[in-house]
Amino acid sequence: MLENLKHRPIRTLLSVVAIAIQVTMVLTLVGLSEGMLDDQARRARGVGADVMVRAPSSSIITFSPNMPAKVVSVVEQQPNVKIATGVLTQGTGGFNYVTGVDLAQFNKLSGGFRFEKGGPFEHPDDVIVDQYYAEEHKLHVGSTVSILNRPWRVSGIYQPGMLTRVVVPLDVLQDLTANTGKITMVYVKLDNPAETTQAIATMRDRLKDYQIYSMEEYTSLFSVSNVPMLKEFIWIVIGLGVLVGFLVVFLSMYTAVLERTREIGVLKALGASPGYVLNILLRETTLLAIAGSVLGILLSYVTRFVIHTLTPGTLVQAIVVSWWPIAAAIALVGAILGAVYPGLKAARQDAIEALAYE
Amino acid sequence: MSDSPIISIRDLRKVYRVGEVEVQALRGVNLDIERGEFVSIVGPSGSGKSTLFYIIGGLAPPTSGSIRIGGRDLLKMTEAQRTELRKTSVGFVFQKYNLLPTLTARDNIEIARNIAHRNGPLDRDFQEVLELLGIANRLDHKPRALSGGEQQRVAIARAIVNGPAILLADEPTGNLDTENSKVVLRLLRDLNERTGQTILMITHNPEAAEYGHRIVRMRDGQIENS
Repeated sequence: MLENLKHRPIRTLLSVVAIAIQVTMVLTLVGLSEGMLDDQARRARGVGADVMVRAPSSSIITFSPNMPAKVVSVVEQQPNVKIATGVLTQGTGGFNYVTGVDLAQFNKLSGGFRFEKGGPFEHPDDVIVDQYYAEEHKLHVGSTVSILNRPWRVSGIYQPGMLTRVVVPLDVLQDLTANTGKITMVYVKLDNPAETTQAIATMRDRLKDYQIYSMEEYTSLFSVSNVPMLKEFIWIVIGLGVLVGFLVVFLSMYTAVLERTREIGVLKALGASPGYVLNILLRETTLLAIAGSVLGILLSYVTRFVIHTLTPGTLVQAIVVSWWPIAAAIALVGAILGAVYPGLKAARQDAIEALAYE
Repeated sequence: MSDSPIISIRDLRKVYRVGEVEVQALRGVNLDIERGEFVSIVGPSGSGKSTLFYIIGGLAPPTSGSIRIGGRDLLKMTEAQRTELRKTSVGFVFQKYNLLPTLTARDNIEIARNIAHRNGPLDRDFQEVLELLGIANRLDHKPRALSGGEQQRVAIARAIVNGPAILLADEPTGNLDTENSKVVLRLLRDLNERTGQTILMITHNPEAAEYGHRIVRMRDGQIENS
């Protein structure tokens, strides 16, 4: 079996590489989805709040300025609340977001940004960015960067792991985006985090329809199934993956069967049943799929390295081990489907015609 | 039972359909082959000897008449039963050797055993057969590293490894030079004499045909004399 694959090394290599690309495609997409959601959850946790308040009917993954800022003072009056601060988060295109914070209040809640270089804003047009963003955009303290169609001066670069990658003063962002008096969410720190459940119940009573979560609940909502269309998108990529595997293996096995017509005739003369002949091809195909899957898994580490090197501030790819068997199974299904027709053709081959085949 | 012919053919007919034309390849063949016989079949191209071969070997179904191998009627056999017949009762040797090019000589022999669900090392008796065939020390080579004569001897080993009742050889010396032809023909005769292997051999070559106990001549889908 292995000998047959080694006998046509280029075709075997191409088939393995094509299957590997398909596996990498699935693993990279899933890795990006999980990686970015995980990163987002980690950064939400990094703030150090116990409870989150979001506007009614807002979606978990998107950020919309649909909450009046005065909710903050209502939250602050609730029992057990130590401190509350509102933030406004605004998309700047693609996967990038900027957050406006009331720095004094936010620092009290979170313990403040840990600056690698520089420090907090001193002027209304100051911006602080995290290390990844600085790396990706080659920024230093004092550099000018254009965000939301206007220039900003970088006053500080902080360690990643809190909020978004770009942070500006809240009032400046509100005015700039015509959201004066509006915020996206409220971070809340409690006096006694052990009583989070009661605190949330009280807040729900006071702020009807608002979405109020403990940080644990909130971050658990960052999952693939909660992102609109992401699951469908992954399914489409999986479908394409199966199709690619199918086509490549079909062509490879079909030509192999034509080439080996005479050999198949010999096997039949030796008493091989159609099932025996089919089995040989399916075993070769399985071997291709396994080799392709292993190579694909290795390649997903390469894509992660490339993505991290090129866009450390935008895209985060996780290595999702639980998807290895799934991606391999997808590759195997595509490959087996591709081998079925050539395999049946071989199995049904008339032995006498096959033996006469030149 | 052991005295009855191993192959018994009566009024065997085979009609092929090529497009809309019916081709009568066999027109009533009668033939008995005794156990342990070495029979040469000669005849011009198109005389039906290959068709007869394929039917005896279970590769093609007959159209009518009767053909019994070891007492079993081939006419009533299903495709699966004919596959079983090829696996257990018949061994083929072809003009073009037909070894699998990607496998070593040993693996070419092993695959025939594998198909017949016999695994494990080759038995002692068969080792002697390999010595007799003169290929015992050539088994780890692939076909392209073997001469035509050696390839054909490997093919003979492959054909008899499962102990078939009949060895069918279709122009076994057709691709060999005189020297190698003689070696192969002598081996077939030795095999027949030492192990009692029944052999049917198609040949164009009158000298090769002389190695058999008797010569059967075919013409126009019938046997001239026997």
